[in-house]
Amino acid sequence: MTDLAASPRQESSLTALVRHSRYVLGENPVTGFAFALFVLIVLAAVFGPHIVPYDPLASDTSEALKPPSLQHWFGTDQLGRDVFSRVVVATRLDFFIAVASVALVFLMGGLAGVAAGFFGGWTDRIVGRIADTIMAFPLFVLAMGIVAALGNTVQNIVLATAIVNFPLYARIARAEANIRREAGFVEAARLSGNSDWRILTFQILPNVFPILVVQMSLTMGYAILNAAGLSFIGLGVRPPTPEWGIMVAEGAQFIVSGEWWNAFFPGAALMVAVFCFNLLGDGLRDMVDPRRRT
Amino acid sequence: MGGPDRPGHDDHNERREMLTMIVKRLAMAIPSLIGVVVVTFLLTRALPGDPAVYFAGPAATPQAIQQVRVNLGLDKPLIEQFGRYVVDLAHGNLGTSLTTGQPVATELRNRLPASAELTLLGLIVSIVIAVPLGIVAATKPNSLIDQACRVISTAGVSLPVFFTGLILVYVFYYLLGWAPAPLGRLDVFYTEPPHVTGFYLIDSLIAGDPGTFMASLKQLILPALTLAIFSLAPITRMTRASMLAVLSSDFVRTARASGLSAYTVIITYAFRNAMLPVITTLGMVFSFLLGANVLVEKVFAWPGIGSYAVEALLASDFAPVQGFVLTMAVMYVMLNLLIDILYGLIDPRVRLEA
Amino acid sequence: MTPAPALSVEGLSVEFRTRSGAVRALENVSFRVAKGETVALVGESGSGKSVTAYAVMGILDPAGRVTAGRAMLGDLDLLAATPKELANVRGRKIAMIFQNPRTALNPIRPVGRQIADVLICHGNVSRRAAPAQAVEMLRAVGITDPARRAKAYPFEMSGGMCQRVMIAIALAAKPTLLIADEPTTGLDVTTQAVIMDLINDLAKELGMATIFITHDLALAGQRSARIVVMHAGHVVENAPTADLFANPRHPYTAELIAATPDSAASLDELAAIAGSLPDLRRADLPPCRYSERCPRKIAACAQPLPLAAPDAAHFVACWNPLPAQVVVAPTVSAA
Repeated sequence: MTDLAASPRQESSLTALVRHSRYVLGENPVTGFAFALFVLIVLAAVFGPHIVPYDPLASDTSEALKPPSLQHWFGTDQLGRDVFSRVVVATRLDFFIAVASVALVFLMGGLAGVAAGFFGGWTDRIVGRIADTIMAFPLFVLAMGIVAALGNTVQNIVLATAIVNFPLYARIARAEANIRREAGFVEAARLSGNSDWRILTFQILPNVFPILVVQMSLTMGYAILNAAGLSFIGLGVRPPTPEWGIMVAEGAQFIVSGEWWNAFFPGAALMVAVFCFNLLGDGLRDMVDPRRRT
Repeated sequence: MGGPDRPGHDDHNERREMLTMIVKRLAMAIPSLIGVVVVTFLLTRALPGDPAVYFAGPAATPQAIQQVRVNLGLDKPLIEQFGRYVVDLAHGNLGTSLTTGQPVATELRNRLPASAELTLLGLIVSIVIAVPLGIVAATKPNSLIDQACRVISTAGVSLPVFFTGLILVYVFYYLLGWAPAPLGRLDVFYTEPPHVTGFYLIDSLIAGDPGTFMASLKQLILPALTLAIFSLAPITRMTRASMLAVLSSDFVRTARASGLSAYTVIITYAFRNAMLPVITTLGMVFSFLLGANVLVEKVFAWPGIGSYAVEALLASDFAPVQGFVLTMAVMYVMLNLLIDILYGLIDPRVRLEA
Repeated sequence: MTPAPALSVEGLSVEFRTRSGAVRALENVSFRVAKGETVALVGESGSGKSVTAYAVMGILDPAGRVTAGRAMLGDLDLLAATPKELANVRGRKIAMIFQNPRTALNPIRPVGRQIADVLICHGNVSRRAAPAQAVEMLRAVGITDPARRAKAYPFEMSGGMCQRVMIAIALAAKPTLLIADEPTTGLDVTTQAVIMDLINDLAKELGMATIFITHDLALAGQRSARIVVMHAGHVVENAPTADLFANPRHPYTAELIAATPDSAASLDELAAIAGSLPDLRRADLPPCRYSERCPRKIAACAQPLPLAAPDAAHFVACWNPLPAQVVVAPTVSAA
């Protein structure tokens, strides 16, 4: 107790956060489950290539298209590669694409939205116009067009996924910045002689960021689906690189002849990852903003 | 709130209000269309390297490339190029495919009915399942159906649409043998019905050919179901949420207290009001559905505009992709317009504000 | 002494289940409404006036549950009635009008059709004749140019007009009992009086009993023959209006009267009632829920509340009531 007394303020906010998180996890064990899954995905992304039993690129034609067994948990593909190893190794690339595109849109959309909401006027109109124009397209179709035009690379998949998410981030950031522009503490900072940029950096951004972080976790699932969809139709990642979307695409031709495992396991991995991100996003939103609970 | 005691209105007035509203919505769609045209134009100009080399094809001589450059007006300033692009669009000219040598507009027109039939059927199936499910879930909270509803709306958004399609193929074609092979709109033993609408289901009925009708329905079921499962989650979720909100509203309490039958209360009073947010959600659903359509067409070898674009993409044939993106965007803008108008038809407040 | 009442509520208790425990919103609420009589339910917001009405009408929120009591409408216990029996009664024998008439009407249905829906439902009007009948109803509640107004939507009308439409809906099937839940809340002052007059006149014309729910004791005094005072889900006093004002027995009623501008001689005498309603989720609620705010609290207040028959002329739920000033026999009797 004496330790606590030493730094009362810090301690109390920390314990409050811990207690609140524990309350949310206890109230909603699903979020706890999603978090465990998330840790698993991160571990696979970081250590995947070092722990898998087989080389994900090593083919062995004598072992081609074998169903799941003790040697090959998820079976083997048409070139005799171990599907389990490929699914695990693919985690890193898929996770990277999702994280990179979400981080990119976080910067682009967040900054543009905050600027629009804070400065208003022309900035606001231009950002709004760009967002509206992007929203006029079916998002996946626009992403296809962007990757087709900019070139068929992983970087462009990341960029396209970020661009189609731009309106969402820009709007949220704009609304939050707009509300805070009028808020008392910003007015106080302005009256005490702070410049716009100072207010923006020290008062507005720190307040808008937590909301955008929740949005990031909510859109991770969509980002990963979008990227996998693009690679499913042959954009971005090229064989033999292990990636979930392209593995499902390669396995698709064997579905009609009954070799299901080729497409099933990477598809299931994709589904589990998206499910995990969605649950986690919901849980995080509840933690930050309990009112919006559904 | 609106000024007090505004007079009621007769049918003539109502029709005029409706027209004003439609015209206003049309005007609001114009900036979106302009944006779409500008973006599709910029996408071509953003192509890596020299577009002339690109459009001339891999085996072109320097003379041929120069010829293409002049033909496409690529030697002109950007603004003039854009002007040409707009003029071409106005004439329905979307360029020519490198791989097939066919005008893109013609091919898109020929393939559009296949995509439209699939997407619409998928959406209809989805609405027919999702809306009653959402209503029942909202009227019986915490019941089995409500729980099912929750599972669907969480799990449904996590399903990659191509994955769902492949699983359906595996189960219903390979394991059970109920569905035909996932290879296009019609089994090879059937000939396509005489072209009227381009929708095989409708055309075969017009031709009085139940055999072809059944055959094309069989081909349609799995891909349509795939799309339906995909759009089930957002529609169910929204129906449930807005029904819950409306059921606890003051006017539903009034309707209950005045002794109206449960049917009238739930359908005539609650449901019609609850439909308004659901209709708004449909805009987002369409955005996802048109994208998902591309993936489903690839899984089921469906000869629609999505698979046309995918084939062109892989062959680095850009004109069809550009035409496809433009077509999809214009359709999406039109669908949103339709949704707005539908909303106005149901909600008098929107109509009269126009 | 009175003939069979229009409605008799006996020992009504209602609970709401919430995340933080059960809210005992009503406990042992009893009162009677004679045929053609106007009874006012008066209390602060949260005292359970509306919940009482909703329980009687069978339109409680799904979280609410009737745990005890009867509500007799003739021979029918409304609280034990089957959905079918209830459907037969609601709108036809008991009708209700609500506060905030603008939100209490269906926003996307013309008001004439909302009236017609009720007319058709209660079987006395054919589908074809209903629209014309609805226009007649609008005329009866004093709406000018009713044929045109029938096609208007609620958002095109003023609050007072919407309340007239509500009254038309409620009276469509000529009920024998009308429950008016704060019918003038949200209306401007001149409209309030007009609407109250309209309700009174129509009630007299149809020989209809009225339960008038309000937080405004003065208004209740002007409009009702009997007043039932509620506090925190209990009926604390129930007396003829003149008697209640002349001789309030319950300390809470006395404070309410003192807090009413009409009877106060000057602003200085306008007393605020100390404290606030107790948290009804508490497990240790005292038998008298006013005791914690009460200036006349005595040791006996820890006993269960005194009960009296609901038809006692002047009932008070108190162990230490204010003295009776006129020659009214004390009605307090230990049950």
